[in-house]
Amino acid sequence: MDKWTQTAWLIPLFPLTAFLILTALGRSYRRAGVIIGSLGSLGAFAYSLFILVDRLANSPLDYNKSFEWLAIGSYSLRIGFEITNLTSLMLSVVAFISFLVQLYSAGYMKNDERITVFYGYVSLFTFSMLGLVLSDNLLSLYIFWELVGVCSFLLIGFWFTLPKARAAAKKAFIVTRIGDVGLLLAILLLFWYMPEHALDFTTIQSVFDGQSGAITNGITTLIALLIFVGAIGKSGQFPLHVWLPDAMEGPTPISALIHAATMVAAGVFLIARTFDIFQDSAAAMETIAYVGGFTAIFAATVALAQNDLKRILAYSTVSQLGYMMMALGLGSLTGGIFHLITHAFFKALLFLGAGSVIHAVHTQNINEMGGLSSKMRVTTWTFAIGALALSGIPPFSGFWSKDVILAVAWDTNPLLFVIGLATAFITALYMSRLFILVFRGRPSAASAGANESPAVMTLPLIVLAVFAAASGFIETPWNGWFGKWLTDGPEEVHASGVAIVGSVAVGLLGLYIGWLVYGKKRLSLAARQEKKPWFVNMLERGWYIDELYIALFVKPLKLLSSMLLAFDTHVVGGVVRFAGAAVSTAGRTAARLQNGQAQTYGLAAIIGFVIIVVAIVGRRFLP
Amino acid sequence: MLPSYLTMAAILFCIGLYGALVKRNAVVVLLSLELMLNAVNLNLIAFSKYGVVPSLTGQIFSLFTITVAAAEAAIGVAILIALFRMRGTVNVDEFDKMRR
Repeated sequence: MDKWTQTAWLIPLFPLTAFLILTALGRSYRRAGVIIGSLGSLGAFAYSLFILVDRLANSPLDYNKSFEWLAIGSYSLRIGFEITNLTSLMLSVVAFISFLVQLYSAGYMKNDERITVFYGYVSLFTFSMLGLVLSDNLLSLYIFWELVGVCSFLLIGFWFTLPKARAAAKKAFIVTRIGDVGLLLAILLLFWYMPEHALDFTTIQSVFDGQSGAITNGITTLIALLIFVGAIGKSGQFPLHVWLPDAMEGPTPISALIHAATMVAAGVFLIARTFDIFQDSAAAMETIAYVGGFTAIFAATVALAQNDLKRILAYSTVSQLGYMMMALGLGSLTGGIFHLITHAFFKALLFLGAGSVIHAVHTQNINEMGGLSSKMRVTTWTFAIGALALSGIPPFSGFWSKDVILAVAWDTNPLLFVIGLATAFITALYMSRLFILVFRGRPSAASAGANESPAVMTLPLIVLAVFAAASGFIETPWNGWFGKWLTDGPEEVHASGVAIVGSVAVGLLGLYIGWLVYGKKRLSLAARQEKKPWFVNMLERGWYIDELYIALFVKPLKLLSSMLLAFDTHVVGGVVRFAGAAVSTAGRTAARLQNGQAQTYGLAAIIGFVIIVVAIVGRRFLP
Repeated sequence: MLPSYLTMAAILFCIGLYGALVKRNAVVVLLSLELMLNAVNLNLIAFSKYGVVPSLTGQIFSLFTITVAAAEAAIGVAILIALFRMRGTVNVDEFDKMRR
């Protein structure tokens, strides 16, 4: 066994050390902060790359190392780390994107007063995410799961002086917490029903092998669905997707790192990690597939009508995560993880590109942009590659991963295949709308003074563009190498002419229609904007899901809490105030006795004495 | 004979107690204290003569009490004079320093 693998627990310590140093240094060391933060994730990336290369070259067995953490009676809780093909791949991707994002932030956050704090938070996030990936049992995974949630909260609310950022941070925290409760319940159930209360993934794998029958079908389905609830919250699936678009109030590099590439993919990763439980329950698999499929098309329609550059990409992320969920639900671990990886590259690229644009034009409204292609060449080209990858145009990476999912859907579930195809069409349509409105056309007032971003920002764009373009070739319809390596199973190739032709056709069609509408202006935009049809309004507001939640949950909850508040102030508080008043009245009365007159004191003593005497003597006369 | 002595002493003590608790004039309060002490003396002597086990100890003890009472009276009057010089009154009601 490779010595890199054996010491893999060191990987998360790089960013953790960076975080601790940054916290100790304070805000004044701006340049040092940038360097230390980036070095932390660069170290983690280099380390995980060694492990990944080792696994690619030698394909050794999974490595697991754990130690006893708690011994309660005869039960011992062990925590540790595990290196499998999946975790080694995730480690590299997380550390890689984290490094690129930190490099980019050196330019993007340059003038921010709290840049050191920013790098500290990002380092803490990288540590938590790497720890989550490395965890060998559900309990430590849950700890890191909450830690990434906290980092997400801190970074969404990074500009906490803006009320919208504050509200978004709170919303993200609360909404994901609903999902986390599901995950916690699932862990408790597993603890209850697993033989010897084991929570590590290896045991879970052996218990849920489909034939041991240690756990009944109903319980398996329940556990699987509860884990999925956790994933719904984290990965922004319907109906808990509402936090993700709002999370765009955070700095753009954060949107790229946390809310596109890594943390939101943690839900997909969690399901992939506990995939054996899901495979034991057909009902749970079906639920995942349909929730994922619905989320994919639902979020894509919303993205079509958004005017905020980052919100379009956020809804697109929700939609693509739905794709991954759908793949997992259809039983294709390869498809889900493959799309996760390619999506991490091209969506991080798109967000960083969007950040570059926002940095130049100082607005996020795509209607106020335009004509940037001549002013920002690198951003335009890299963004175009990301957009084509997202739209599923060959040979870019998104095409290959989307194709795997669509091929699986074609084989197993025609309805989801149609949904997937429709989503691909809408995706291409909104991406062409976005691209044309931002980069083509006549330069607007906002983009007149725009300049290309500095090299420290364009370099990560170029690197990511290379990966977004090329990373798809690890799994192609005629080469199932990636799936074989990832799942350690037989080589599965879902080659389907329908899927390939269909996805390319709808992708191109979407781009063409987008070009017709927004590029050639066949449909008059001015007339359209004067009076919006009702469905455009509906899409713009995200199918009124937020309004629905406000009416269904927030308002009744506020009513209930105001009633409870009234009860608290008037009834509970009344009792408390009465008790206080009674005591102080008694005290004032008693204080009046202390008048400084020796004679009064003497009289009191005599009265007391007489009472005692009467009591003692009187006792004799009692029966 | 003993009960009449004891009754006498009790009456004396009660008069002294009443005076000590009720009188305004500090001099009268001191006098009342002496009355109470003498009531105790009377008890001591009565028991030493007519008690179950007659003994001289009671009488000797009363001599000690008288001595102590004399000393106490001297100190009491001295304090009283000092107080009078400071406050210009011997009215007990106005001596409420203990309150603060």
